[in-house]
Amino acid sequence: MNEILDGIVKALQLIFSGDPTFYGIVFRSLLFSGVATILAALWALPIAMLLSLKNFPGKPIVKGFFTAMIGIPTVALGLFLWFMLYKAGPLGFLGLLYTPGAIILGEALLVTPLIVSIETQAIEAVDPEIMNLAKTLGASDSQASIAILKEAINGIAFSNAAGFNRAIAELGVALMVGGNMAGFTDVLTTNISTFNARADWPMAIALAIILLVIVFGVNLIIVVAKNPRVLLTMGRMPE
Amino acid sequence: MTVLAELKNLTKRFGERTALNDVTLQIQEGEILGLLGPNGSGKTTLLKVLAFLLMPDAGEITFRGETVTEKNSERKRLESTMVFQRTMLFNTSVYNSVAYGLRIRKMRKNKIDEEVSKALRLAKLEDFEKRQAKKLSGGEQQRVALARALVLKTKLLLLDEPTANLDPKNASIIEEVIANANRELKTTIVMATHNMFQAKSLPHRIALMENGRITEVGTSTEIFGRLSKTLASFAAVENTFAGTARISEDGSTLIDVGNDIQIVAAAKNVGEVSVFVSPEDIILSRNRFESSARNVLRGRIVEIQDLGSVVRLKVNVGKTFTVQITKRSFNEMGLNLNTEVFLAFKASSIQII
Repeated sequence: MNEILDGIVKALQLIFSGDPTFYGIVFRSLLFSGVATILAALWALPIAMLLSLKNFPGKPIVKGFFTAMIGIPTVALGLFLWFMLYKAGPLGFLGLLYTPGAIILGEALLVTPLIVSIETQAIEAVDPEIMNLAKTLGASDSQASIAILKEAINGIAFSNAAGFNRAIAELGVALMVGGNMAGFTDVLTTNISTFNARADWPMAIALAIILLVIVFGVNLIIVVAKNPRVLLTMGRMPE
Repeated sequence: MTVLAELKNLTKRFGERTALNDVTLQIQEGEILGLLGPNGSGKTTLLKVLAFLLMPDAGEITFRGETVTEKNSERKRLESTMVFQRTMLFNTSVYNSVAYGLRIRKMRKNKIDEEVSKALRLAKLEDFEKRQAKKLSGGEQQRVALARALVLKTKLLLLDEPTANLDPKNASIIEEVIANANRELKTTIVMATHNMFQAKSLPHRIALMENGRITEVGTSTEIFGRLSKTLASFAAVENTFAGTARISEDGSTLIDVGNDIQIVAAAKNVGEVSVFVSPEDIILSRNRFESSARNVLRGRIVEIQDLGSVVRLKVNVGKTFTVQITKRSFNEMGLNLNTEVFLAFKASSIQII
């Protein structure tokens, strides 16, 4: 118990010390997961629009596939990617294994099903007549699609936040295709695991605290962006 | 009069269902055309075709002399706009809702401000600009939808049951706005309606629809004067009753419409008939009085609808009759729900189908 309390105190000292190693890890985590989420968001949105607004044969199967893939174990995906990216693998020529690029690619693939599924549901929840409304007010087909997306913006923002949180909190992919190389491919989760194994609890706890702060912070930003008045009502008893 | 839009032998199907069946119709510039028909008769589909939101499966539609095709429909939509029956609003402020179409048309910001203010004033929604559109009452929301369409000053304005499910106050504001838009902005309007009063008062012409077809087109006097079977089939709520007619000893026609109610009509007829009496032709009184009216029925008021200058009452005499009287008469007579009243109407005002 003392070790945990001691760990927390030392962790807080570490957080406020501005330690470059510590903040390097935090920076890499934010960068890799951020870029991975942006990549996934870029290709997930057209997929979600296709799945929600168009009809084509096999659509339920495709939707089912994305839903099923939400829960894919990160180590399984990491292993699969390792085989794809290792020297003799089909994508070995890219030389991505044990580089930030591999982590970014892996995390982007990991969060894509989550983002696609939530976005598809959010767009499907918009009244389809909104499309006709925009068109009758003069919008072109693409402007009408943007009108639909604007109506689904809360769901889209939430899907990306959820995607980012899954990416930054995952361990399997980062460890297996990133290799946890210090100062290069090591991130929050891989370091928490490593420092814990080394019994360096202050560092492990400090990194865990930061990870939690990031995850909660992202969710808070989404909630506030959706309704800024939340800030004003914080701390007040509900009426 | 110039023809603004013309539909020629137009057919639209949704799977097995034929929503529009060989429809031919001309819409004259500057008119208000009412589409009157029961649910599922094709009114909304016809409006959507005229809004260029749906392309027909067969037939031709021309707008301002040009045939409308899949290719040019996007451009044509800039000249025709529709207000849907179910109020559709973007999740934004009233200002942004009304400004949407103007922004699409790339209008300058100060001009948009000016036009939005004008349209909101017209819809009696001054000071509503910053309010969230979705948080307004149903009537206010429908007025936002109308302002959003009017602000575009399109050649053609299509209204799908614009006052359906609205309280009388909002309904009369909307009717006033529609009439103003037609009179002052010279907007051509096609409106679908169920409301017989509205159909009789607002449109210059009425097209009756049934099963995806247009069965009759004419002025309101023509249509209501020779009450058709189509009209009677969905007008049952408003003084249309089915019954059996026979010729009485004095030579007049006696129609038994059930519940011990017999209606005397001047027109000769026997057998199964439908009868209609216009709500304005019914005289309502607190006491039975001597008059030339052959039909006098006693009943109680079961519903009161304040329509502004007039009040619409439903009176149960065994069957429910709709009566329209002025607000002043209503107040002077001290009428209330459940008040006992007498309805009187002449045998010659009964129309037999």
